[in-house]
Formats: sequence, C-alpha cells, structure tokens
Amino acid sequence: MTVITKEQVQARVTEALSSFGPDADQITLEATFEELDIDSLDLVELAQIVEDDYGVVLKGEDMKDLTTVGEAVDLIVARASA
Amino acid sequence: MPPSSSQPLRKRRVVVTGVGAVSPLGVGARPLHDRWVAGESGIVDGVGRASEYEPANHLTVKEARRFDRSAQFIVVAADEALRQAGWLTDAGTDLPYDSLRVGCVIATGIGGIGTMESQHDVMRQRGADRISPLGVPMYMPNAAAAAVSMRYGLQGTSYGLVSACASGGHAVGMALRTIQYGDADAMVTGGTEAVLTEFGFGSFQTMGALASDGISRPFDLRRDGFVMGEGGAALVLEEMESAIARGATILGELAGFGSTADAHHLTAPEPTGRPAAAAISQALVDAGITPAEVSYVNAHGTSTQLNDAAETNALKLALGEHAYRIPVSSTKSAIGHLLGAAGAIEAVATVLALREGMLGPTLNLEVPDPELDLDYIPLTARPLVPVNGGPPAALSNSFAFGGHNVSLLIAGAPEPT
Repeated sequence: MTVITKEQVQARVTEALSSFGPDADQITLEATFEELDIDSLDLVELAQIVEDDYGVVLKGEDMKDLTTVGEAVDLIVARASA
Repeated sequence: MPPSSSQPLRKRRVVVTGVGAVSPLGVGARPLHDRWVAGESGIVDGVGRASEYEPANHLTVKEARRFDRSAQFIVVAADEALRQAGWLTDAGTDLPYDSLRVGCVIATGIGGIGTMESQHDVMRQRGADRISPLGVPMYMPNAAAAAVSMRYGLQGTSYGLVSACASGGHAVGMALRTIQYGDADAMVTGGTEAVLTEFGFGSFQTMGALASDGISRPFDLRRDGFVMGEGGAALVLEEMESAIARGATILGELAGFGSTADAHHLTAPEPTGRPAAAAISQALVDAGITPAEVSYVNAHGTSTQLNDAAETNALKLALGEHAYRIPVSSTKSAIGHLLGAAGAIEAVATVLALREGMLGPTLNLEVPDPELDLDYIPLTARPLVPVNGGPPAALSNSFAFGGHNVSLLIAGAPEPT
C-alpha cells in the first residue's frame, strides 16, 4: 500500500483551495478558512476531490469543526492511514 | 380600444441614473449605442456572442468560479451602471439610500444553463455524488438577482423574474412599480442570458425559431427567424425627487409600464396584435403620454415572420395614425436576440437613443415587406426628431414565447422645474 504523506496531502489541498480563489502563498497550514474566504460549499468540493484522490470520504459532520487548512490536512492524512 | 382600466393614482416618478451592458457589441453601454448607431453588427457567423467579454478582466477567480456566465454578465453590467450612478467607486459601494429601501429585480429566460449542462455531464460520467455543491446556486434562475443583491448589499425586495423573451421588460417594469408605489426608493434592475450552448442552439433550432442563414433582418420580406445572442444589461432606477435632491445625473425617465398576455399559443403571437397593443396602451397611460407625443419605438423586432407582423399590427392599434409617423427600429438586428436580457438591453439602448438624440437602424432591412408599412429606420441611423416639445418619449416592446407582452415608456430626462 502506498503511504500518503502529509506533504503530499498539503500540496494537493493547497492546489485545490487555490483553484477556489485564494492565492497559493496565503494557503498555509495555519491559515483559517475564514481568512481564505473558503466557505462550506468550497469544503464540500474539497471533500469530493479528496475522495477521488485518496478514497477518503469526508461527510459534512467531519468538516463542520475544521477551521484551519492544517486541521483539514491532518484529518485527511489520519483517515487515509486508517 | 380602451387604454386601461386602472384608475389614476398618485405614483412617484422614476428616473434612470445609471446604465450598463455586456453585449455582442462589446463591454459597456457606450459601445452598444455607438456601434449600433454606426451600423455595426455584433453577430458573427450567425451568433451574437459577447466575444469581447473576458471574465478575468472584471472578476476575481472566486467570482468567476461561483458565477455562471449569465450571472457574470449581470454583475459586470451592474458595476458599470452603479459607477455611472455614483453608487460604486474603487473604494466600494456607497448606497445613497437605506439599504433596506434599495432592491433588485433581475430577469433571465433560462438561468445558468451552462452550469446545469456541465453538472449534468458530471452526473452522467461520475455519479450524482460528484455534482458540484455550487451547482444549484449557480444555475438557479434567481442566481443573477442574488449576485446583484449580495454584491452591493441591496436589502430591499430582491428576486429573479422569468417570462422568456419578455423577462427583461418585465423586470424593468416591476422595478419601476416598486418605486412608483413606494416599496423602495431605488432599484437595480436588468436582465441576463447566456444560452449559447450546444443544447441551447439545438433547442431553438428544432422549434424552427432561428434564421436559416444566420442573419437578423427584422421587418424584411426575407426574415425567417431570429439570431441567438447573449449578454446582460442593468439600469439603476431612483425615485425622481430623491435623485434630484442628491444631485444625481439623470439619464432619462422610466415613465410607464404595461403588460398583458395573449392566451393564444405557446410560441406564436396573437396575430391581430390586440393584447400586445393593450400593453403598449397601458404603458402610455401609466406615463400620461399620448401617441401624438411618442418620438420613437424600440421594437421587439425579432426577425421572425409572425412577431414582426403581429408587432406592426399592435403598434397600429395602439398608436393609430401616429404609428405611420413614428420611427421604429430593432436592436436585435445588431446584437441578435438576448432572450431574457433583451427587454433590459433594449431599454438601455432606448435610454441612450433619447439621450444622444440618435436612433439606431434596423440592419439588414433591404427588401421591404409590403405588408409591413411602418418606418423601420432601414440600414442607417437617424437623428431623433422630438415631436412633443418636452423630453422625448419612446416605447420599448418585448413579446415572448408563452404570450407575455410588455411595453415600457421611456422619456428623456425631465426638465428642471
């Protein structure tokens, strides 16, 4: 089984989020979705991308407490490794 | 014919303080007027595409991603209109009225059909759980109204309006009513359409609505259908006294609105033109204008056999002998049929025609139809000749599949009292 690294996930999440609007250099692990003007609709779209790429299914329930990019990356890495 | 059964009411007067457009003649209301008057056509290879519009020149990545092309057109047109009205600067929006007293009515014939088609493809190819969560907010027919309301913080009445090719006229008319009757002090209104997709073309083609040779030639003997166009148009409307009090530049007056239905056929107009004539008469009564005072008609003029004949009948019924004197032209000869945006962009064209004193021509009208005997301003623009001594008055008509009829009475800026 291929090991998915945090760096890979971070790069993919950054690429996806930057296609939604914010500049790539704004998208740090510490950046909040609020700062990036990323809303719940964007996060659903991110979840669709994550499922396609990593087979990780993220439901609305999983996403609702996420506030930073880093939290999303950690959640994806944890689910992908489970 | 009885003009209208409505009793005279003490209605507030409404003026136009900003206009904007995205059309096959370019981005801006100015090129719409100037290029049409110069006899230019925005129709290329049988399509009126807004080819000079580039989303990146007007919208952020996020805006372009979240707005269907139809919503993009209206926000770009509205930006222009609000800037002209002085409501929008580089520093942002600065409404001159309580935001709860400013609303918007934005028309579309179909809504975000491009988004609907692409998301339908996604569903077919990858499953229903891959439909974008942005799908519904992008293709819903009120998406354009929602975009305008949110963009400028308009918190008065706000909704989308649908009546096929009369949608734009209806939207402008309902915005007028809202101010006339005191439900708002100002309104942003207009219409938008982006239907130049394979599905859109195919759908209009199979119903036999489109010109066989791709040429829009309203009122010409050879006319056999319309040419599809795309674009959007916006107007800023304000209650007249308030606009004067704040020192706004007044472009014209939106003075009257009339609306009826044919109750005849899904797509064919009622051939006598009586219901359409009643809409025109209502607009005149609403404005307190008589046919003798009308200096111009911006026709619906689609270039279909039936519309142009029925509209000619309607004008004769509503205007009587004056119909033979009043110049009539069709903006659709230069930009095609913008469907749900048509009534709005033609209202903008009419405001500018009166303001600039130049009437755009009916392009491609080379072979007159002996049955159609009004003055259709063939081929070449012509100076406006006001007939009434006061601000010139013009009608702008919109008729639709479904039998919806709208007429607007637009006048030049009121003279200072």
